[in-house]
Amino acid sequence: MSDIQTFREETQGWLKKNCPPEMRKPGDVCWGGRNPSFSHPDQEIWLEKMGEKGWTCPMWPREYGGGGLSHEENKILQEEMFAIGARPALASFGIWMLGPALLEFASHEQKLEHIPNIVKGKIWWCQGYSEPGSGSDLASLSTKAVEDGDNYIINGQKIWTSNANYADMIFCLVRTGPQEPKHNGISFLLIDMDQPGVEVKPIKLISGKSPFCETFFTDATAPKSNLIGEINKGWTIAKRLLQHERSMISGMGLATGAGSGPKKTSGMAELGKKYAGTDEKNRLADSQLRAKIAKHDLNSRAFGLTLQRMAEDAKTGGPSATASMGKYYGSEQNKLRYEIMLQAMGTQALGWEGEPFTPEELAITREWLRSKANSIEGGTSEINLNVISKRVLNLPN
Amino acid sequence: MALLFNEEQQYLKDTAKDFVQKNAPINHFRELRDSKDETGYSKELWKQMAELGWAGVLISEEYGGSDFGMVGMGGILEETGRCLVPSPLFSTALLGASLIELGGKADQKKDLLTKIAKGELTTAFALEEGSRHTPYRISTTAEKKGKNFVLNGKKTFVLDGHSADLIVLAARTSGGIEDQSGISLFLIDPNSTGLQRKRTHMVDSRNASEIHLKDVEVPETKLLGELDAGFSIIEEVLERGQIGISAEMLGNTLEAFDITLEYLKERKQFGAVIGSFQALQHRAAVMFAEIELTKSSVMGALNAVDENSNDRSRFASLAKFKAGETLHLVSSEAVQMHGGVGVTDEFDIGFFLKRSRVAEQIFGSSDYHLDRYATLSEY
Repeated sequence: MSDIQTFREETQGWLKKNCPPEMRKPGDVCWGGRNPSFSHPDQEIWLEKMGEKGWTCPMWPREYGGGGLSHEENKILQEEMFAIGARPALASFGIWMLGPALLEFASHEQKLEHIPNIVKGKIWWCQGYSEPGSGSDLASLSTKAVEDGDNYIINGQKIWTSNANYADMIFCLVRTGPQEPKHNGISFLLIDMDQPGVEVKPIKLISGKSPFCETFFTDATAPKSNLIGEINKGWTIAKRLLQHERSMISGMGLATGAGSGPKKTSGMAELGKKYAGTDEKNRLADSQLRAKIAKHDLNSRAFGLTLQRMAEDAKTGGPSATASMGKYYGSEQNKLRYEIMLQAMGTQALGWEGEPFTPEELAITREWLRSKANSIEGGTSEINLNVISKRVLNLPN
Repeated sequence: MALLFNEEQQYLKDTAKDFVQKNAPINHFRELRDSKDETGYSKELWKQMAELGWAGVLISEEYGGSDFGMVGMGGILEETGRCLVPSPLFSTALLGASLIELGGKADQKKDLLTKIAKGELTTAFALEEGSRHTPYRISTTAEKKGKNFVLNGKKTFVLDGHSADLIVLAARTSGGIEDQSGISLFLIDPNSTGLQRKRTHMVDSRNASEIHLKDVEVPETKLLGELDAGFSIIEEVLERGQIGISAEMLGNTLEAFDITLEYLKERKQFGAVIGSFQALQHRAAVMFAEIELTKSSVMGALNAVDENSNDRSRFASLAKFKAGETLHLVSSEAVQMHGGVGVTDEFDIGFFLKRSRVAEQIFGSSDYHLDRYATLSEY
């Protein structure tokens, strides 16, 4: 038996033994943290088992608590988890964004301190990038960190910090050097949120929800050992981390069911049939809607193939091209998907709360509003088009 | 599914690139157009292409081909597409070879595929009858009379129809005008009595013709495939054709985009190169994204044929939809971004606009394939 076949069988066995029944159903995923909240006791068991095994971060090095799996092994793990309907054990910006940057830029000691906690979900991380005066022009940021003995003293304000009201730590871009030239005085600093100098205020969005916060620093402190990479060279880390963020958001453009799976009809087409009805040939009765859905399905499929191709081909313009193209296209596709769903559902997609709207319908409405931020967060579509034109097409400034 | 060329396929494509750039740059096409060349392509060039093995890319080694498959063919078509090379590659090496491979009896295969692989026989596929792609609305009739069939009707938009040595023609042998069954394929000598071909001069200066049939007698031995059962052969050949032409269109797109990018970096207005203007940069970046999606769709579809995927039909529509949309976008933007010179005959960029619209019509437009994809996806 090949090694890979052995691995598959072992994985099946391990999952069978360790994945609790409740976690084999669809549902919410926990975010971990110092004071984690679990919607079901099985969630805690599942996180503990997966964290110990390192399979919350399957391809990270074992040395730092990761799973140490190869690409091929990871694929098998994902397939086997999918096969039993296992949901992820942990959702975390530590996994998607900070961890990969730490692995690339942090010292061995820093990795030992932070990465195992990300793998086990012991720390809930949030991201401190944007500021009220620095959105698309991120490098103009002005939150200051000044040396004071073994510490930095931090003063300033961050905005759009995801879930800062729950987070334990923040990875932050701070100015440690002069304001100009703006890219050269930025450092990458990890700051504990649990201190008097840090204040958090949730921002209410058009969806009625508050996934983002304002975060205020007033003489907050962080030990010098929390500075990642070289002082004033944080922009390099910032850019790399943005690529991870953009790749993460890209995935949203893949509408479920539009791929080559056994089920041919996409989720949107099902929805369209449900609300708009069918004709005598079982086609979607609204021909305009049908065309829009088909176009979206075709583009989703082409986009999925493109992400796959770019992952296979290191030569396709490098990670920056891939990430920016994916972020741009994926977020625009996701926005369009909700617009088409709204069109399909008519007024049933426009309820705010209560009767006669079903919870599923109300969720779509809120997700539609949420999706509007997709092409803004993590670099606007326009910024990503700038990156493509300058870095990939080499068009001049 | 593989989405990258393997080493062999990449080598074939690189060879094609070298050959085309050296022997048939865009000027080659321009000269053929300007001289109103009767054949519409260079026979000498086709001979060289055949010597490189391109005529037999889809033909098995048994008949002298190289059996490189659709991915191999796609790589070559992309490169000939870059330089708008007119040649029998599509009509003969892709369509003709596929029709005979899928429909031919052993002796027909041996005879015809061997000749095609050597570059000694060119073919044309006479299917369409109207101005829009409606593959199964066939009113050309073939009636049995003794040991012959007698054919009457008219075919339109027959690629290479004016110059091919052999015409593969779809005619109705039974059923109503839109029935999928009752269609049969015939191998017809273009010099048959009653057959008249009229070259149609299209906007892309490539090679197409009408074929008029008046009591054309064809021996029953010239039937390709079973009587009344041409549909499944046609369907598979059309899908290969849709995917192949998409690869050629991708090549058209890439070249038009490259030429335009170069122009954006060169042309100065207001004291700056126009490529520094964000209004143009963003449009170029959007085109880049669409081109990447098109590459993946075409590659996926080429592989779907070679891997015998059960989703080949949807892949064919995906490729043709995306190739059509993107070439349409890029060829239009290319002309606009060139400004005044973009609408002059002297600049090559207009060729891509003209070719785009014709290629979009070959075996179904993007709208056609949008509808087809939805139908195949059961909505």
